[in-house]
Amino acid sequence: MALLQVQDLLLSFSGLEVIRTLDFAVEEGSIASLIGPNGAGKTSVFNCLTGFYRPDAGIIRFAGKSLIGRKPHKITQAGMARTFQNLRLFKSMTVLENVMSGMHCRTSAGALGAVFQTGSQQREEIRIREVSEECLDIVGLLSKKEVYAGNLAYGDQRRVEWARALATRPKLLLLDEPAAGLNNDEKKALIALILRIRDTLGITILLIEHDMGLVMEVSEKITVIDYGRKIAEGTALEVQNNPKVIEAYLGSEEEGDFL
Amino acid sequence: MGNSQPLSSWADWLKPQRNRMIVLMILAAVAMVIPVVANNYLLEVLTNAWFYTILCLGLNIVVGYAGLLDLGYAAFFAVGAYTTGILTSKFGFNFWLTIPFAVGCSMLAGVIIGGPTLRLRSDYLAIVTLGFGEIVRIIARNLEITGGASGLIGIERPYFFGIQLNQGIHFYYVFLLLAIAACYVSYRLQHSRLGRAWQYVREDEDAAEAMGIDRVGVKLHAYVIGAMFGGIAGCFFAAKMTAISPETFTFAQSVLILLGVVLGGMGKIPGVIVGAFALVLFPEVFRGVGSMRMLIFAIVMLVIMLYRPEGIWPRVKS
Repeated sequence: MALLQVQDLLLSFSGLEVIRTLDFAVEEGSIASLIGPNGAGKTSVFNCLTGFYRPDAGIIRFAGKSLIGRKPHKITQAGMARTFQNLRLFKSMTVLENVMSGMHCRTSAGALGAVFQTGSQQREEIRIREVSEECLDIVGLLSKKEVYAGNLAYGDQRRVEWARALATRPKLLLLDEPAAGLNNDEKKALIALILRIRDTLGITILLIEHDMGLVMEVSEKITVIDYGRKIAEGTALEVQNNPKVIEAYLGSEEEGDFL
Repeated sequence: MGNSQPLSSWADWLKPQRNRMIVLMILAAVAMVIPVVANNYLLEVLTNAWFYTILCLGLNIVVGYAGLLDLGYAAFFAVGAYTTGILTSKFGFNFWLTIPFAVGCSMLAGVIIGGPTLRLRSDYLAIVTLGFGEIVRIIARNLEITGGASGLIGIERPYFFGIQLNQGIHFYYVFLLLAIAACYVSYRLQHSRLGRAWQYVREDEDAAEAMGIDRVGVKLHAYVIGAMFGGIAGCFFAAKMTAISPETFTFAQSVLILLGVVLGGMGKIPGVIVGAFALVLFPEVFRGVGSMRMLIFAIVMLVIMLYRPEGIWPRVKS
């Protein structure tokens, strides 16, 4: 059974339908992509999945459980982590502190533990630090752990977001335009990283991306949406040759270089 | 938060742990021996300063750590003071036994007001807390059990190992110890999982939520812990004054406490202490100029906020 199953998803904002009866599924252990022209509703889909928007109708099942109506933090706890299209780091905190935020939902120490410095609280603090450092190591930023996140270069800030998402110990990682603003070298590193996260950590990945080179290279399944509706689905080759996809993209100036 | 500003040299010197400890030790020693040399007036002023330190540290958890604007903090202080006042004067409770009740009631007040309102965005929260502060004061003014407008009198002073705490010096040490405890608790909370969660929520609520942090839950924690600080301060305040009236817990009082937090530097423990002292000492220092002193106080504060919008205490940032 698929790790993530979306059926008949419907979302509208005061009458304007943003997502119309969308169906798609992400298999466990796969790398899937959601693509489409600007304004097709990709980020809205992510916001529905992660509980930031409440869909009008439809089914979202994740690891066998329905996610509809659940709060964002509960969904993260259930094992779905996300990154943001426009970086949302805690800028005046250090890189390590940023990543430690991910471990919050996997730990439990409260106010009393902190005040009385109980043994379990101290062990937990050590574990939070260790896991966070591991995650920073995976994205290659361990050496910058004490730097304030806001002072990092753009590409590095992106990495902090990935490390932070990894620190939530997800089953499924949603990446919202991870390559936006990255240079070619950084994109190559990103592709390697995406594959490594899946292959060595066994984390399923769903990404939204405009960079077609990247999408075609890493995705095993691509879902194309336009005006909130699925217009094609399949492997990179199948999608590229689909006339509906070509039409959707030709209509958009920005994606003119797609073909 | 913006870019980092240049550090003043003394803040640089304060960076190493060892230097901090030295300063802390000296300050603690000074605070401990001051009553020996101080006259009654100075002792009273300093006691008051420690008292405001506790209140400001409590409000700092809400405003500084969790980033919630609370304009009715005096309400929690009132709940603590009235709980102790009512239990000792009307029901003959021993003072020490009233502390758990005062803590419980102020925390309950925190849950009652925070539970439904912490879902709101910060500006709405400010309005609601402002209203709450006034409601508590007006209730205290109109209930019979709280003594109406004239308040409660004859609150018994507590005994401590057979000695009745009835002199200025006693209360100086009581509030000093409470302030030290408040610093310790604040420090521990700030550097804990919960303290970090407050900071995440303060910096970016949505990102914090996406990281699996229960936004409303951690805010409620801040609110209730802040309320507890206020409750404890209120309960010892009642014991010291032996009389309390609704006019102690006005909106102006809430603003004054908030001022201490903002003036010293939100979220920074030493800053908040400096703020609390400034709050109490400024009007005393300018007592000589008579009725002009509040005006001077206001001008000094405006100048500080203009030149140091982040508070008196410098920001240590690499």
